[in-house]
Amino acid sequence: MTRLRVFLWGLVAVAAGLLGLFAYQLSQPKNDFVQSAMIGKPMPEFTLPAVVSERPGLASADLANGQPKLLNIFASWCVPCAAEAPHLAELERQGAEIVGVAIRDRPEDVAAFLARYGNPFSRIGGDDISSVQLELGSSGVPETFVIDGQGVIRYQHIGDIRAEHVPLLLAELRKAEV
Amino acid sequence: MSGFASIVRRFPALAGFAMLWAALALCVVGAPAAAQDSLPPAPYAYRQLDDPELEAQAKALMATLRCLKCQSQSIDDSDAPMAGDMRHQVRTRLLAGDTPEEVRAWLVERYGDYVSYKPEVKSTTWPLFVMPLLIVLLALVILRGRLKARKA
Repeated sequence: MTRLRVFLWGLVAVAAGLLGLFAYQLSQPKNDFVQSAMIGKPMPEFTLPAVVSERPGLASADLANGQPKLLNIFASWCVPCAAEAPHLAELERQGAEIVGVAIRDRPEDVAAFLARYGNPFSRIGGDDISSVQLELGSSGVPETFVIDGQGVIRYQHIGDIRAEHVPLLLAELRKAEV
Repeated sequence: MSGFASIVRRFPALAGFAMLWAALALCVVGAPAAAQDSLPPAPYAYRQLDDPELEAQAKALMATLRCLKCQSQSIDDSDAPMAGDMRHQVRTRLLAGDTPEEVRAWLVERYGDYVSYKPEVKSTTWPLFVMPLLIVLLALVILRGRLKARKA
């Protein structure tokens, strides 16, 4: 009889534990971000044509020239990309080299976007079918990657860059120097 | 004087109200359109492969790959531009001679296991497959014990 009692109370404890776990997990914010599995791996080979006349296109060979860079995935049709523009400008002002990949974008739209929000990019490649985005393991715009001087992907920032992310990205760039 | 004009003249606030509603309606319709790109889909996003056998392989594979923009849909199901671009990759890679599992591996290498819907037994998932077997075994043992006890 007591054995049965202990067993039943055990069941109650297990059920209560499960309910507690559910309640806890339900109260946690859901993380919809898909992290790239490419961190620490070399950038796959690619060549993208120029989008605007005043900046050259972008190829993987340009990334392995000894200097760490930020690779910003953006689009003129993406609202958060406009929101992060001043912070990209700030990163450039503080010495970061930034290259851009414009996703599914028309040259005239990119030109208008840059004229309106500024152009912090040293190179801009046009990716009409998201091929480089898929190579990078990126699943949305905007995203920003830190690429070291050997062309190895070192860090991924998902979503728009806000003021508080600027020092963080500068620190990741410094880390990528060694 | 038309009916509408006379109403506007008598109740100017009503016209303002109507215009406000029209503007709001435009916002609702216009906002999602602004968040989309204006490029046509990738060549093989909606175009089937000419070889029906290869297209069947592509279709089967696409049904087990997750759309990363619309995470509860497969890329076969989704009309998101990115899903179209992923279908283009699948079809062109199969056309180039890759096997479906090679294409899956190419995506898993970039996005991790999350991108694939295909259940696989590996170091992190084996308990899921072993647990039901253990439970059935346990049930059999208990059942045998009970049946024996009843006979005795």
